[in-house]
Amino acid sequence: MPVAYIPRTRDLYSDFTPYRWVKNESAPFTPLTKPVSECRVAMISSGGIMYRDQPRFHREDASYRRIPIDARPDELSVWHFGYPTGDAERDANCVFPLERMRELEAAGVIGTLVDPAFSFMGGIYSARKVHEELAPQIVDELKRAHADAFFLVPA
Amino acid sequence: MTSALDITRSVKPPRAVFVNFPLGHQTGPPGQPELQRRIVSNAMRAFAAISSPGTIVELPYVWDPNDRSWEDTDYTKGWMPERPSREAADKLEAERQAKFRRD
Repeated sequence: MPVAYIPRTRDLYSDFTPYRWVKNESAPFTPLTKPVSECRVAMISSGGIMYRDQPRFHREDASYRRIPIDARPDELSVWHFGYPTGDAERDANCVFPLERMRELEAAGVIGTLVDPAFSFMGGIYSARKVHEELAPQIVDELKRAHADAFFLVPA
Repeated sequence: MTSALDITRSVKPPRAVFVNFPLGHQTGPPGQPELQRRIVSNAMRAFAAISSPGTIVELPYVWDPNDRSWEDTDYTKGWMPERPSREAADKLEAERQAKFRRD
């Protein structure tokens, strides 16, 4: 049975003002006009991944890190307030499947993996901050990189 | 990707792929590249196949067929490991940064 995370969030943070979930009535949709094997695909993870000496995330941090796609596993670390990061510290591919995406690129399943990949720390209480600060910056990055699509991996 | 069906149904992203794994493992368990690859490649296939806005494709993988107890404890009180103190966390961060600057 899928876990009902909305009531669990209410219980877990019962000392705080109830979180107001984003509730959309419809989904935006841009049809794909070419095969994925010809697309430039970007990867974005909210798992709190950092490359080498990039600074760790702080509470309510709406900044993001640019992770070169040739980063080695031992050059990645994880910092996040909202989930147990032990497994992702052992193997970042749990929430930041960089090695897997590179394999799919090599196998021709996707056209090109956009360099760099992106990560932020998704435990941000303010949806406004995400909507007005973080998301537009990443959208700019994706446009500059001529990305056709992005793969968003939460944690 | 998502492991939180109720949140994804509320937010309604254009296309989504659901896997019923504990938070922190949306593209698979650690050290299991084969399963990770299947999940990521299923996601790419779903991305190409979904033609109706807001579709959520559910993947069939099971975290542990012999133990579903994680579903009762994930994201509940006491589930997060205790965090290091501010001082300990700052020390760890300084060490991490120093290590990469040295390399």
